[in-house]
Amino acid sequence: MSVETPLIGDFQPFPSASTEGSLAGIRVGVVTFPGTLDDRDAMRAVRLAGGTAISLWHGDHDLRGVDAVIIPGGFSYGDYLRAGAISRFAPLMEQITAAATGGPGALPVLGICNGFQVLTEAHLLPGSMIKNNSLHFLCRDQRLRVENADTLWTSDYAAGEEIVVPLKNQDGQFVADEHTLDELEGEGRVVFRYVGENPNGSRRDIAGISNAAGNVVGLMPHPEHAVEPGFGPDSSARGEVDLRGGTDGLGIFTSVLKKLVG
Amino acid sequence: MPRIVVDVMPKPEILDPQGKAIAGALPRLGLTGFAGVRQGKRFELEVAGEVTPELLEQARSAASTLLSNPVIEDVTRVEVIQEDAE
Repeated sequence: MSVETPLIGDFQPFPSASTEGSLAGIRVGVVTFPGTLDDRDAMRAVRLAGGTAISLWHGDHDLRGVDAVIIPGGFSYGDYLRAGAISRFAPLMEQITAAATGGPGALPVLGICNGFQVLTEAHLLPGSMIKNNSLHFLCRDQRLRVENADTLWTSDYAAGEEIVVPLKNQDGQFVADEHTLDELEGEGRVVFRYVGENPNGSRRDIAGISNAAGNVVGLMPHPEHAVEPGFGPDSSARGEVDLRGGTDGLGIFTSVLKKLVG
Repeated sequence: MPRIVVDVMPKPEILDPQGKAIAGALPRLGLTGFAGVRQGKRFELEVAGEVTPELLEQARSAASTLLSNPVIEDVTRVEVIQEDAE
């Protein structure tokens, strides 16, 4: 397991990482497109959770035998045409789409922010994202409620648990027709919901959803930016934390690792 | 050189935040006669030779797969125009 040098301070893997060494055998791929920003952060989050992070290139045809895939945030292809519209046709996306829809044991896939937009354009998740209703780029710490703790990516949380992670985007308004929204609600596929004021006009305060099988999850906020004390939000839903001490997002990454080990 | 023009508009039921912002700016210029604005996209697909029915079909396919997202947008026009036309 390779460990990156921390930006500052001592590097302390989380207790779960050191006591459950088998997690390190789980390989989580992180895809880089031209214009991806948060791939390094996502890889670091995987390592902090105890797993092994594998870098994947959008132009490759090979998933390198990974056990799960994260499509990180950023502005793939400059968000030209529509956010995620061109990335969706990248060679690696064909592999991911095929592996994620393969029935039982299908590849777990997490899309964060731009990654969520890519997943909707690839039709792995329903709906779409349009500009924030405020028209502003938003960057703030955002409180979310974990509505569904049964997915591969949320099992380390309790249903109804609240978390605080950063939200930073321009095209964050989730839209879908009423029938699709009713279906998502009825099938428990709303995974994350905004708590408090709706930041961007998303229908029914939806911040994240899953596919019917529960292996593909997408969300607009950034759990990978709330995984390490000293580099996270200034607040946590679990009580007071030190400055930049929020690590509420780590559970996303430990969830999938533990599920895959089990 | 003929071109195939593809127009894409946000679906009527989808709120268009950009259009709304433009509608809000018009009165500041003293242009008060407009009840609303919706902003779409126009693509021009350039064709080297003749526009065959097969090519037009390819343009329709591009319009419905890459150029628009059917969840939020409608293709409102796929039409051949000749150079210096319009």
